[in-house]
Amino acid sequence: MAVLEIIHYPDDRLKQASDTVTLFDQSLKDFLVDLEETRLSGPGAVGIAAPQVGVAKRIAIVDLTELKKPVDNHGHLLMINPEITQWQGMEKGREGCLSVPDFTGNVIRAEKITIRFQNSEAQWAEFETRGYEARAIQHEIDHLDGMLFLDRLVSRRADLFQRKVYKK
Amino acid sequence: MKKWSLLTLVGADQTAIVAAVTRVLAEADCELGETSMMRMGGSFAMMLRVRHENQDLAALLKDVCDRLSLHLHIDDDVDSSNAAIEPDVNITVYGADRSGIVAEVTSKLADAGLNIIDLETALAGTKDKPIYIMTIEGQARQGVDALTKAAESISDGVELNIIPIQTLRA
Ligand SMILES: [Zn+2]
Repeated sequence: MAVLEIIHYPDDRLKQASDTVTLFDQSLKDFLVDLEETRLSGPGAVGIAAPQVGVAKRIAIVDLTELKKPVDNHGHLLMINPEITQWQGMEKGREGCLSVPDFTGNVIRAEKITIRFQNSEAQWAEFETRGYEARAIQHEIDHLDGMLFLDRLVSRRADLFQRKVYKK
Repeated sequence: MKKWSLLTLVGADQTAIVAAVTRVLAEADCELGETSMMRMGGSFAMMLRVRHENQDLAALLKDVCDRLSLHLHIDDDVDSSNAAIEPDVNITVYGADRSGIVAEVTSKLADAGLNIIDLETALAGTKDKPIYIMTIEGQARQGVDALTKAAESISDGVELNIIPIQTLRA
């Protein structure tokens, strides 16, 4: 078990698409343990993707179970070869990234997605998710495609409102 | 020893002001930090944090300011930290234009713990029925509920939306 080094933009490896995982062996499981440990070492990180530790494989973790302000979620997700099969709606939200320290910005994401992915035993799962979890998954899959949230920044003026807590 | 200064430049809007000013700074090896630049009315306003080797920025920018008729103001030794304060709430306000709307809203929200990080307002609507629109990003230091409560006391006819910002880190 080890905390891996997180690489930062402008490291080119963050801008490259990752390869499909074909070998579901013990080294994959070992890597998942290390990747999770690395996520937990980052301040408040709800997700991490393999390219962020310099590994060009389609592997990501998303976990929204420990948020201070709870949100709907599907538990701790270890995602191998994740794919989004449906997108619906749009929502603006603020994002930051372990690979881009000291900056957060507004990004528009699909509000609702259908996601399918394999677990470490190569079994497929598929479900629909929305809101914050959908945002986190889209952020991670972007990493697997060599995209950063910086590629999707929108101006503060591009106001697509989120759920309002207060409307006078 | 390098230091930070905050430059404010304002003048009539015209083509390529940003390019002209930033070129002079770049040629003198001044580094840019945060900047905010926008057209306001017929003017163009620029605020730039600049890191430099204790240069005479007024002298450096004199030619370009004269040529483009820009007013220049320099504040030295502004907070040298680069850490941005993170907003946790987004507030939009709009309503029929009347005097004191910004003062009323911001003072009531300030009393409820709002620290404004970024505020922008615009005038819109028709000539005889103008409306006022304001967007704020800030920190709710006493929580979003305190702001919601304070908003109850804001005059009728002012629409207010308070949206928490939950920044995703991944
Ligand atoms: Zn990221």
